Amino acid sequence: MPPNFWRNLPVLSTSAIRRNPALARRSFLGLGAALTGSLALGRAANAETSGASPPADAPWSQSLGAGVVDRPYGKPADTEASVIRRNVPWLTAGTESSISFSPLQDLNGIITPNGLFFERYHAGRPDVDPAQHRLMIHGLVERPLVLTMKDILRFPSVSRIHFIECPANGGMEWRAAQLNSLQFNHGMISCAEWTGVKLSTLLEEVGLKKEAEWVMVEGADGAHMNRSLPLEKCLDDCLIVYAQNGEALRPEQGYPLRLVVPGWEGNVSVKWLRRIKIGDKPWYSREETSKYTDLMPDGTSRGFTWLIDAKSVITFPCPEKPLSGPGLYEIRGLAWTGNGKVKGVHVSVDGGINWQTAQLHEPVLSKALTRFSIPWRWDGKPALLESRVIDETGYVQPTITDLRKQRGTNSVYHNNSIQTWQVKPDGSVFDVQIG
Amino acid sequence: MFRSGNLFPVIARNEVTKQSRFRLRPLDCFAALAMTTAVGLPAILPAIAAEPGHFGYGTVATPEQIAGWDIDVRGEDGAGLPAGSGSVSKGESVFADQCAACHGTFGEGEGRFPKLAGGDGTLKDDRPELTVGSYWPYAPTLFDYINRAMPMPTPHTLSADDVYALTAYILNLNNIVPNEFVADRTSLPKVKMPNRDNFVWKDPRPDTAARPCMSACANPADIKIMSTAEGKDLTPRTTGPLDTMQPK
Ligand code: HEC
Repeated sequence: MPPNFWRNLPVLSTSAIRRNPALARRSFLGLGAALTGSLALGRAANAETSGASPPADAPWSQSLGAGVVDRPYGKPADTEASVIRRNVPWLTAGTESSISFSPLQDLNGIITPNGLFFERYHAGRPDVDPAQHRLMIHGLVERPLVLTMKDILRFPSVSRIHFIECPANGGMEWRAAQLNSLQFNHGMISCAEWTGVKLSTLLEEVGLKKEAEWVMVEGADGAHMNRSLPLEKCLDDCLIVYAQNGEALRPEQGYPLRLVVPGWEGNVSVKWLRRIKIGDKPWYSREETSKYTDLMPDGTSRGFTWLIDAKSVITFPCPEKPLSGPGLYEIRGLAWTGNGKVKGVHVSVDGGINWQTAQLHEPVLSKALTRFSIPWRWDGKPALLESRVIDETGYVQPTITDLRKQRGTNSVYHNNSIQTWQVKPDGSVFDVQIG
Repeated sequence: MFRSGNLFPVIARNEVTKQSRFRLRPLDCFAALAMTTAVGLPAILPAIAAEPGHFGYGTVATPEQIAGWDIDVRGEDGAGLPAGSGSVSKGESVFADQCAACHGTFGEGEGRFPKLAGGDGTLKDDRPELTVGSYWPYAPTLFDYINRAMPMPTPHTLSADDVYALTAYILNLNNIVPNEFVADRTSLPKVKMPNRDNFVWKDPRPDTAARPCMSACANPADIKIMSTAEGKDLTPRTTGPLDTMQPK
């Protein structure tokens, strides 16, 4: 028997297709259905595969499936083809210094699958050779070091679950509601289990001189992305990681090595990390002066605004996932804070007049996404859905009106305001701002 | 401890090894437990802060290795600026060759590529224009950024002289330095950028103090939709293949 005999067996036997003519049609229509989107696809599939639903026995129940190692590195089902990172093409000059958004509307739980983790590049995604990659640590240290990836893997390791959020998440909504989408208004956040070495371990290994106060981190990409961090944060909870959700970092997330600065704006979690320099003052690099500073209405700017303030968003329903008629639903969402743990989430269905406490789902971890939900019987009338998080410091997520009062509309970053979803009687959902 | 200061309990560096057995941090508990159960066995060591070189992995960085990668220039005082120099007029020709395709001959920016000049006095406007001239606080940062990240297709390939010249040219485009200006490690830190004193480097947040009201928090008559994304036609599709939507 030839080695690929089993693979060559048609997965759907012709007799199965004869008994289920819908199947042949479906495989023809597959491409078109994918083009019209997952919602449409869902409906089409339901209608067309009735021959595979009770009382019929489905063709995949009457045939042999593909064997092990048919796909040695697994991938999602073909019908999930719409669940991908997406960009806003008109936002940036090209895709090399740009952003893509995680499809939060299709994600469940607190962990972002590695292939769907949002991307932010300043000079494209480099292909780094791990055998030649080095981490240099120098400056105000006793013993400057060059480490290979093998060296780094030998250090004591830790695993932690943390979100990373670009501070420009929601930045397009400072003036007004613009993008009718959960993915594009909130998808610059993702959350993973990171494994690596505590930065403090490496700083102990090189030995800090007593004037040491600031740390500069730099990437190996074409942007040579660099940021200044106060030493205190580096010694507290920063991680130098090589793994993400159990496997090596993805190139998009900094393979083979990146920094994770828990709870702080994503830009400081430098990817493709190649150098750490210890100094006595901050660097005021382009990325912490021209960018990642917040312009106020009086013409002053705030710099070193690292913290991600508490934020939450309802992920169902949302513009991408409308309601299908009155009845009982579970409103679901995500909450997070750079200031530790989420303490509570409140949900309103009347635009913030009345609120109810949502249920938080375990695990509730520090500086990680936290899931919440609350049951809701929709009567088919217009509704304005909102969620509001309180973190363990007692900080309450503000409205966009509160934020604008303080910061105007030109500060780009750190829009952590309450999201309002307008539900129309037909179940469709729109991004709105209320006042 | 490895650093005096008040971030961590202060233990002088040479006391670390003596005291480490008694100083438990949460993560060390397991190691300590292992030690007590394995008394006399040398195999398990406490994972505790130690002298530099405790693990001994990697190699000590040589001055040559450091020199090759040590490219950072500090914005405030120019520390790290290399030898070399460049004039405005030389910068003009390098810019025409290497930069103008994206940034425009006079830094006006082609298409959606960043504008490098202009925007003075617009920071309080409804539509402020943030450029090197109107926004950047420190001139040495301009050298640092061009050197590390530009020209975008071939970053970090320019000589120090060319980077100085480009820095001089872009500052001149913004009327910050005269035509005769020559940029070098002494002259650049002395350039005072117009917006330098308008940055607050201490985060004033939290700057809102919402309270968690639970019922009758607003008058229903006051709840109005101020804006909606509906019908704006700015949202790429979120199903099917990637959208290539361009501005109308
Ligand atoms: C292929 C197009 C391209 C070329 C060529 C190019 N740049 Fe850029 N430049 C960009 C883009 C895109 C950005 C924004 C990058 C980002 O934000 O990540 C940028 C950013 C900059 C900035 C920062 C602007 C700001 O306000 O933050 C400066 C300064 C700059 N470029 C200078 C130069 C110089 C000098 C050259 C020539 C040596 C050059 N660029 C060549 C595309 C280009």
